[in-house]
Amino acid sequence: MSYVLKRIGQSLLTIFVVVSASFGLIRLLPGGPLDYLRAQAIQQGGSDMTMAEINQRIAAQTNIAVNEPIYVQYVDYMGAILQGDFGQSIWYEEPVTSIIGPAIPWTVFLTASALFLAFTVGVSLGAIMAYREGSKFDVGSTGVGLVLNSTPGYVVALLFVAFLSYRYGFFPTGGRYASELTPGFNVPFLLSVLHHGALPIASMSIVGFGGWALSMRGNSIRVLGEDYLRVARLRGLSTRRIALRYVARNAILPMYTGLMIAIGTVFGGAVIIENIFAYPGVGFYLIQGINARDYPLMMGGFILITVAMVIGITIADLTYGILDPRAKGGASRESY
Amino acid sequence: MSPTDSEPQSGSETRTESGASRERGDDACEDPAVDAVAGNDDALDAEEMVADTDRASRAVTGHGRKGRVAAEGGASSGARGASPDHRSDGGASSGTSGTSSELRADGGSVSEFEQMAEVSLTEHERRRQWFDEKLLAPARIVWNDWRARFGFFVVTFYLLMGTVGPLVVTQPKPNQGDYLIGAFRTMDHPFGTTASGTDILSQIVHATPSMLIMITAGAVFTVFLGTTIGTLAGYKGGRLDSVLMTITDVMMTIPGLPLTIVLAAALRIDGNPAVIGILITINAWAGLARAIRSQVLTLRDAEYVEASRIMGIPTPKIIGSDIIPNLMPYITMNFVRQARAVIFGSVGLYFLGVLPYNSVNWGVMMNAAVNRAGATSSPAAFHWLLVPMLTIILLALGLTLLAQGADRVFNPRVRARHAKSVEGGGDEESTTTGGI
Repeated sequence: MSYVLKRIGQSLLTIFVVVSASFGLIRLLPGGPLDYLRAQAIQQGGSDMTMAEINQRIAAQTNIAVNEPIYVQYVDYMGAILQGDFGQSIWYEEPVTSIIGPAIPWTVFLTASALFLAFTVGVSLGAIMAYREGSKFDVGSTGVGLVLNSTPGYVVALLFVAFLSYRYGFFPTGGRYASELTPGFNVPFLLSVLHHGALPIASMSIVGFGGWALSMRGNSIRVLGEDYLRVARLRGLSTRRIALRYVARNAILPMYTGLMIAIGTVFGGAVIIENIFAYPGVGFYLIQGINARDYPLMMGGFILITVAMVIGITIADLTYGILDPRAKGGASRESY
Repeated sequence: MSPTDSEPQSGSETRTESGASRERGDDACEDPAVDAVAGNDDALDAEEMVADTDRASRAVTGHGRKGRVAAEGGASSGARGASPDHRSDGGASSGTSGTSSELRADGGSVSEFEQMAEVSLTEHERRRQWFDEKLLAPARIVWNDWRARFGFFVVTFYLLMGTVGPLVVTQPKPNQGDYLIGAFRTMDHPFGTTASGTDILSQIVHATPSMLIMITAGAVFTVFLGTTIGTLAGYKGGRLDSVLMTITDVMMTIPGLPLTIVLAAALRIDGNPAVIGILITINAWAGLARAIRSQVLTLRDAEYVEASRIMGIPTPKIIGSDIIPNLMPYITMNFVRQARAVIFGSVGLYFLGVLPYNSVNWGVMMNAAVNRAGATSSPAAFHWLLVPMLTIILLALGLTLLAQGADRVFNPRVRARHAKSVEGGGDEESTTTGGI
């Protein structure tokens, strides 16, 4: 229990650090975002705008009241973020929360499906490779896995867009779902969501499963040589039980921490993938914010991506104990 | 998302591998099927292991020998690099390799501390042996494995492309040829030209030096910081450990690429490739530090480290000569892995156009191909996009394969098998082919 509390405390600390850092980046850097916003306000408002008006405008955009002492600014900023107020987007002229909020589920949908697909396919393939070690299937799959593992996700995404979307028109070239459909639990809408999400998910998972397969293969081969497996065979346990309860479980365990790091990689990679497929997720808006020098949008996107990732990693870490009973103790445990 | 970036599992693999194979060796009545399944050419064979235990049982235990090497050499760090697992290599790697061969021959009648070497080596022989062990053996290992050989060639090729290439290939500039010539159409422009008539080959070549600087900077930064923090936290323990690990955990849960993007936008950095390289790996050290720490925790209580501590050797020296050498394989693998991560990250972000640059770059080329010529929608410009992509994949593949080769080079048993001057190097072949 204390481990759970400690873990959650650590997650909150991470979010706190990230939010503080974003305040520091906006507020403290000379020639940074705040100066840029001021220059922009002066340019747009012309000479008839007073300093107070400019400051008010910046305060509305970034939650930072420039004329207050710095610690007041900091407390105000943190308070606003806590209430879910990420300021006003300059480009869209809308609250950042109402732009990025609806985008979060879509990003989570993409990343979670891609991760799940890559992991399950990779693990199954790796297990088969280990059982047929040395066969043509094994050698071939190892080669394919190596090449896929050396390919960045965006390369696959670009190839998909070029061939499957533009040249042959099998898949749409952008968007979350066909615009004429009404969102809800109806079949055409769900199909459209899958149709639009298929390529982003595929390009993220295709480059991932090779790596999982290779680690699973290595781990399974190691487990297959263990003494307890011979004992299990001698006890006359069914092959199925041995494969699932003994080999798979023990081979997957060391990969579980890798899964947590992969969550981070997937969230990072999604930023690039979403832009290639023009898929309006959090990463898409993050880049929009950067290209338009829309600092509130950019920072909001960054903070929300971090929060989503921290939640994902915390859940993964806390469920580790279900898979590995030894980890229940917590204190002496070595993760990562 | 490539899960092999998840360092720890392969780390545990390397660690457990030696453990597992040792168990196999001790198990005399090994089931051949299991042996075949577990067969990994790096792993030692059962026979080899038996031979080794046999030798060791002649009163020369691994630990005893280590102690003696230290005593004879008079060097305080005699135990360096000789973990119990790597017994056969213990003498060799500590530089007093001459002793290890005599030790075995003289039996166990005399106290280990009073023994003298019966054979002395001349300076020339010593040098030849050093050369054989340190340079020729790794070279032979790399040469004997086609994957490592391929990786080595690829990486060398890119290094040449980055150093000699820009001198040989002309500077890229507009109107070098017709617009958008396809790849492999003319000899003048083997990879075709861009929408402004710039030769793609010359762009690729002239982008290499800055990419190499970026890769090196990022990888060195990550490995240095990760190793330092990981070893310090693991070896010192206590409050320092918990403070460092809290920082590490926080850094690790921040998504790397978005952090890079935000920092690049807010900090107004210029396009210096070394700075960009560090920025891309800004929090990658955290994962490495975590993994290194857990390895140091197991090494910290090893007998030879304890011995060094009792002898009163200062902590920095213990870390430098007892701990770090044992982590070298892992560190090298991570160096290569980070290099790959820098390539993927930098090209991806340059492709998005969110990083500053001051010269041509593979990612910038891809960006231009898509945004200026619509390479994804128009087949005429597709080669402009394809060539940089293939360049990245080939380099990444070369680095991956080289990392696997490096793993073998650092495996002391594999190295001993390839070092001709080390005793046992020659007859190793006969014992391994002996069969059960």
